[in-house]
Amino acid sequence: MNGFPWLSLLIFAPWAGALLLALAPRLGAGASRVLALAFSASTLALGLGALRGFDRSRPGFQLVERHAWIAALNIHYHLGLDGMSLLLVLLTAIVSPLALLASWRDPRAPRFYGILFLLLQGSVLGVFLSLDFFPWFLFWELSLVPVYFLIRLWGGAGATRAAYQFVIYTIGGSAFLLLGFAAIFVATGTLDFEELARLAVDGTLASRLALLGGVWPKVVFAGIFLGLAVKVPLYPFHTWQPAAYAEAPVGVSMYLTAVLAKMGLYGFFRLLWPFFPGPLHAAAGFLLWLALAGAVLGAYAALRQTDLKRMLAYSSLNHVSYCLLALFAVARGSAAFDQVSAAAALSGALLQIFNHGLSAAALFFCVGVLESRADGRRGLDDFGGVRTAAPVFAGLCGIALFSSLGLPGLNGFVGEFLIFRGVFGIVPWAAAVGCLGLLATALFLLTFWQRVFHGPRAGAAAGPFADLGPRELATLIPLVALMFAFGLLPQLLAGLVNPLVSRWTGGLALP
Amino acid sequence: MDIASYLWLIPALPLAAAGAGALTPRRGRRFASGLALAAMAGSFLLSVLALRRALAAPGAHLTHNFAWFDLGLGAVRLGWLLDPLTAFMCVMVTFVGALIFIFSLGYMREDENAARFFCFLSLFASAMLGILVANSLLLLFVCWEVVGLASYLLIGFWFQKPAAAAAAKKAFITTRIGDLGLLLGMVWLDRAAGTLLFYDGGRGCLEASAQLSLAAQTIPGGLALSTGIGLLIFCGAVGKSGQFPLHVWLPDAMEGPTPVSALIHAATMVAAGVFLIARVYPLMAADLGRAGVPFHALTVVAGIGAITALLGALIAVAQNDIKRILAFSTVSQLGYMMLALGVGSWVAAIFHLLMHAFFKALLFLGAGSVIHAAHHEQDIRRLGGLSGRMRLTFATFAIGMMALSGVPFLFSGFWSKEGILHAASLWPVSSLPLLAGLAAVVLTAFYMTRLLAEAFLGGPRTAAAEHAKENSAVITVPLVLLAAGSVGLGFIGTPAWPWLQSQLLGRTVPALSPFEGGGLMALSIVLVALGLGAGWALYARCPRGEAADLDPLERALPGVFAFLAARMKFDELYAATVFRANRGLAVLADGLDRRVWDGLIRALARLGELLGLVDRQIDEAGINAGFSASSERLRGAGRSYARAQTGEVHGYLRTLALAFVVLLLFVLFAFGPAGATRAGLGRPSVPAALGPGGAP
Repeated sequence: MNGFPWLSLLIFAPWAGALLLALAPRLGAGASRVLALAFSASTLALGLGALRGFDRSRPGFQLVERHAWIAALNIHYHLGLDGMSLLLVLLTAIVSPLALLASWRDPRAPRFYGILFLLLQGSVLGVFLSLDFFPWFLFWELSLVPVYFLIRLWGGAGATRAAYQFVIYTIGGSAFLLLGFAAIFVATGTLDFEELARLAVDGTLASRLALLGGVWPKVVFAGIFLGLAVKVPLYPFHTWQPAAYAEAPVGVSMYLTAVLAKMGLYGFFRLLWPFFPGPLHAAAGFLLWLALAGAVLGAYAALRQTDLKRMLAYSSLNHVSYCLLALFAVARGSAAFDQVSAAAALSGALLQIFNHGLSAAALFFCVGVLESRADGRRGLDDFGGVRTAAPVFAGLCGIALFSSLGLPGLNGFVGEFLIFRGVFGIVPWAAAVGCLGLLATALFLLTFWQRVFHGPRAGAAAGPFADLGPRELATLIPLVALMFAFGLLPQLLAGLVNPLVSRWTGGLALP
Repeated sequence: MDIASYLWLIPALPLAAAGAGALTPRRGRRFASGLALAAMAGSFLLSVLALRRALAAPGAHLTHNFAWFDLGLGAVRLGWLLDPLTAFMCVMVTFVGALIFIFSLGYMREDENAARFFCFLSLFASAMLGILVANSLLLLFVCWEVVGLASYLLIGFWFQKPAAAAAAKKAFITTRIGDLGLLLGMVWLDRAAGTLLFYDGGRGCLEASAQLSLAAQTIPGGLALSTGIGLLIFCGAVGKSGQFPLHVWLPDAMEGPTPVSALIHAATMVAAGVFLIARVYPLMAADLGRAGVPFHALTVVAGIGAITALLGALIAVAQNDIKRILAFSTVSQLGYMMLALGVGSWVAAIFHLLMHAFFKALLFLGAGSVIHAAHHEQDIRRLGGLSGRMRLTFATFAIGMMALSGVPFLFSGFWSKEGILHAASLWPVSSLPLLAGLAAVVLTAFYMTRLLAEAFLGGPRTAAAEHAKENSAVITVPLVLLAAGSVGLGFIGTPAWPWLQSQLLGRTVPALSPFEGGGLMALSIVLVALGLGAGWALYARCPRGEAADLDPLERALPGVFAFLAARMKFDELYAATVFRANRGLAVLADGLDRRVWDGLIRALARLGELLGLVDRQIDEAGINAGFSASSERLRGAGRSYARAQTGEVHGYLRTLALAFVVLLLFVLFAFGPAGATRAGLGRPSVPAALGPGGAP
């Protein structure tokens, strides 16, 4: 079990980088940036190493590390990697260095920025790899602190308020989460995810919680649900999101949407669904509506935004809502539902988690490029004819846009197709309503494209407007290349998660 | 080597050319255009080989399937398919496409982005060829959407023009509305049939066993399952093929360069919808055997086709832009094809599609030749007198016009349209489609005569028309070749020798004797003559004198003419209904966020601040924090970062501590020692054990 600690290394390498940076107060700006980038890229190297050591045919956890931590409380330092974790680790590995590159030119305290960013990166990886609630929750909470400061100190004019709102919201959510797990601990005496999943399957967890009596089992479920729903976010717990995404500096916006939003989704798949199949089944009828509201109203709200970052924030709401739509549809499925639909929905959700990370990061970066050439302006009407001024930028941004609206051949399509295939197979009307979101997505993304890139040169693009520089190309081209790669060869991703999905649909964690 | 296994090369060649073209810098236009043309020629040769192979076994469906990615216990599979339908279409698309490419060499000579233009053209052709060779509805859908993208890029090719950018967006969004129906139909089909492969050795979704089961099941509304799926798939065709009510994008698509219009209207894009329905014809027709259903899928197809055929022809009568007239004629002709599909003769639809591709490409390229020569003048009222100045263009355009009008015997359009009318006359359900088709025959002949007379006859009415000169060979040679096709090709499918029909169906279609359908043919010849005569009388006998003169029809029926000229106000209707509803939903979504949810959160935050205040009162010794105080300080300016940070970290930790306390209280209150025992835990006194961990 405890072989070479790949996973610990994954988590703590960025933290080591942060420590190193913290211990070198005299380090210059350039050296700080390079050091931060190097340690951030360690995840990519180690993630690829983990990928090599990963047996794709096995659905269970691999590279497991398990050590007793607080014996009196039955708490373990327990890490493990399955297809879903691996997918998220790879996403983090890809996006983190690029997000650092995106804010490369920011002159403000690059060393401190690097420290916070690496702290964040390590915490996020901890969330994706921990299999015991105690370390999991520690990482979950630790990720908050750096985000707060990153938004607060490097953000735009409204950053203070946005950061405050973000922290209050998520801490509020976390408190519920903690409460729920305390109750679970009391009821079962364990916080181990694998153990809890086992207890949930044979019904022990539900019956133990039922002993709490009254509404308490429901409160526990609702608490954990809330903690995760705020993080994703699920409609209507999303109002922190547009402000936080809009006010954060470009690299952090990329990170927030590409990786941090996925922590919540990961929680839904790793905690809520396996531990509470019964309550989730009961609530899914209602939750489907919330997911649909996020998908449809989120896309329509994006149509009304004039701030491009807020528009993209709503676009993210729309995309992550599809993931939850798929999960809720599967949870809603009765005993008679068909496994192919469930497999499609779940695979689609996992692929969407990954692919949305790529396209949203690329789009936020593109808005950052616009901002950097327009003295911080990023309104829908602040530009015009950028395609004439910067054709390479326009081309790459266009690919990211079409990836986001689900054009086949690019990465976004496969996930969305599978989600619709799966949801339609289980709850047909929900898929039909969800189509409205696809239409609105095309509308606002093409509006974005048309107003900013087409027409005669105007606004900030009327004067000199440089095309992408080498650093910007180095950020955007990998993302765009991966969009093509995963769009044409979805097996690269599907092969990682399919054994897991097959096991899920095999009935192990289903009601 | 069996060409069936290498069929993917047909779309792959232009795709590779598109990829190379995308990476070519602007100055590499000769390279990009040469590559595009070479790729297209290569695809044409491969298509001819494929046709030879397909005709060796016309009834067979040669397939090659493979797994795309794993899904659950199975995999999502794709594949390609060779049958006469695929092969004929491929030959047509690559041949007409190559001629349009050649024409573009001349037409886009001065454009600085010509390299990009050929890249997009290649992508367009490649996606269309992908649709043709796909053996899976999923692969077809993938290519279908790429066609949408390529049309978006090409219609908006002159993106500096706001009108072009808007038209591109309109085309993409309108067709996407239809595509969402197609998407739902596709996932439904996958759910019901278990596969999206068309042919898979008896297990494909178009093969007998799947079709029998789809037709036998009933969905809400009393329809057969296959009807529901078929109609959703038909939505996609309605969007792409510019059928009523989603036809509004097609005329606006004229904002693109003229070769693009030719490609969209002749070989790609709009042909895709008709092809799709022909491809999934077994599914569309599966419900025909079922009695007692409210209606069959094909009935709807026939109805939409008939409406579109008539509506497009009517609107075309009152347009003045040479390309818009042709655009509405495309709408109308596509209506004919859908009509043919609906009344049960998909071979008649494909025959007309193939013939139409030639003469419509000819007409658009002819229009392009005129526009190129007349300095981008597109208004037929401001042209005139070109017959003497551009003889070759005039001659070929006249051939195209006669083919489209269905002038008897010599021209291909006559035979293919006759096939459709004949099929409509045999339809047992209703004779309305036949009547609509016959009415459109008159109108088509009429508006095409008007177009020809206004643009080419009389004297030049503007300086642009006066200075027009015949174009170079690179533009006229494609015209001549297409004109030859518009005359000669019709003979492959005449009632006396239905070779094409036999090949497509894979069985010998008996030739008709002159008495079968002879009356109908005579009637339609009379109608063509009527349309030509009326057009001649109104427009050619006394040509327009001044560009500003009123149209004879406008003088006679000003209200009707204005209504038709405004395209029957469909755009206005949609603006008042669909767009308004759409905007309303957006306002609602945004308002909910700004007012309702945010307000709720603010109220909760107030509550939090209140709690914080209470907490501070209780805990005087603590650091000066609490929700309200810390929020005040956060907002306050002028504090150094360092100070602020310390405070906030403490505030943060404090909140966490508070949460722990609440939690502890909760645990004590809810369970207590008794509760823990009740829970049946082996360990005594869990809350006590939690103590050290809960108070950091």
